[in-house]
Amino acid sequence: MSDVFLFLGAFLASAVEMVEALTIVLAVGVTRGWRSPLIGVAAATAALVAIIAALGPALQLMPIDVLRLVVGALLLCFGLQWLRKAILRSSGYRPMHDEQEAFLAERAEAAAAGRDERIGIDWYGFTIAFKGVLLEGLEVAFIVITFGSTQGRLGLAAAAAGAALVLVATLGVLVQAPLSRVPENTIKFAVGLLLTTFGTFWAAEGAGVSWPGDELALVGLLGFLAAFAFFLVHLLRRQRISLQPGEA
Amino acid sequence: MRFIRSFAAFWWDFIVGDDWRVAAGIAIALCLTAALTDYGWSAWWLLPLAVAVLLARSLQRATRAG
Repeated sequence: MSDVFLFLGAFLASAVEMVEALTIVLAVGVTRGWRSPLIGVAAATAALVAIIAALGPALQLMPIDVLRLVVGALLLCFGLQWLRKAILRSSGYRPMHDEQEAFLAERAEAAAAGRDERIGIDWYGFTIAFKGVLLEGLEVAFIVITFGSTQGRLGLAAAAAGAALVLVATLGVLVQAPLSRVPENTIKFAVGLLLTTFGTFWAAEGAGVSWPGDELALVGLLGFLAAFAFFLVHLLRRQRISLQPGEA
Repeated sequence: MRFIRSFAAFWWDFIVGDDWRVAAGIAIALCLTAALTDYGWSAWWLLPLAVAVLLARSLQRATRAG
């Protein structure tokens, strides 16, 4: 059961971050040529693989209770950030993330930037692609490492991220446009719920709690958090509409 | 020095984010859970409850701020 949630959480989180990274790489590649951005992507991917390969096994050497407490608490803070933003977006307090808009803004910046070419590399294209993939990928690495090491299933979490990478890269090559039809905001809501659920479960276990029903408690916890999150969305929507009656 | 400051700021933003009170609340809830468990109480309910309260309060602050 927890393996399914683990795979799903790592896959969805990775996919949504990779869609954002793809938008950046596409915008730079279309505007300034593909060679330098692709070298940037390769360098960032190598750095991320090295981070996961170094930190993942190292974390597994820690005593399991300490690992679950620390990693669970970090995951819980991280997951609550995702969930909080998703609720603010769903209730209309924050604008929805729009890949098409992000693509156009990134493309305009790439077109306006000067050209600094050394050793055959356009440094603007390289740096923007490298930074974009590394920063979006760090969230993926964090999720893969925390999910994988705490559950002792680093391989499964890495495989989920790998599957997401293959899927998004294939779609990117086929479509050659930002994946604006991906329901990114909905996926982020689901990922926020999954990260918060796992974070709560592991952090409490690390603090010495025995969950009723053991791993089955994950389902109950997910149901509780989902119901509460939807309740908050409903409440905030009503509050926003009552404050701005013109928008109703 | 600037590098250390920006490195710390990056990780703070990455883990803690917009509302530090949520992270502080989680730390307090975990200490309470550990203490209750240590006294032999069944405290599995405490963290989910704390998460719900912290999330609701954080959203309240965010929407009030505009």
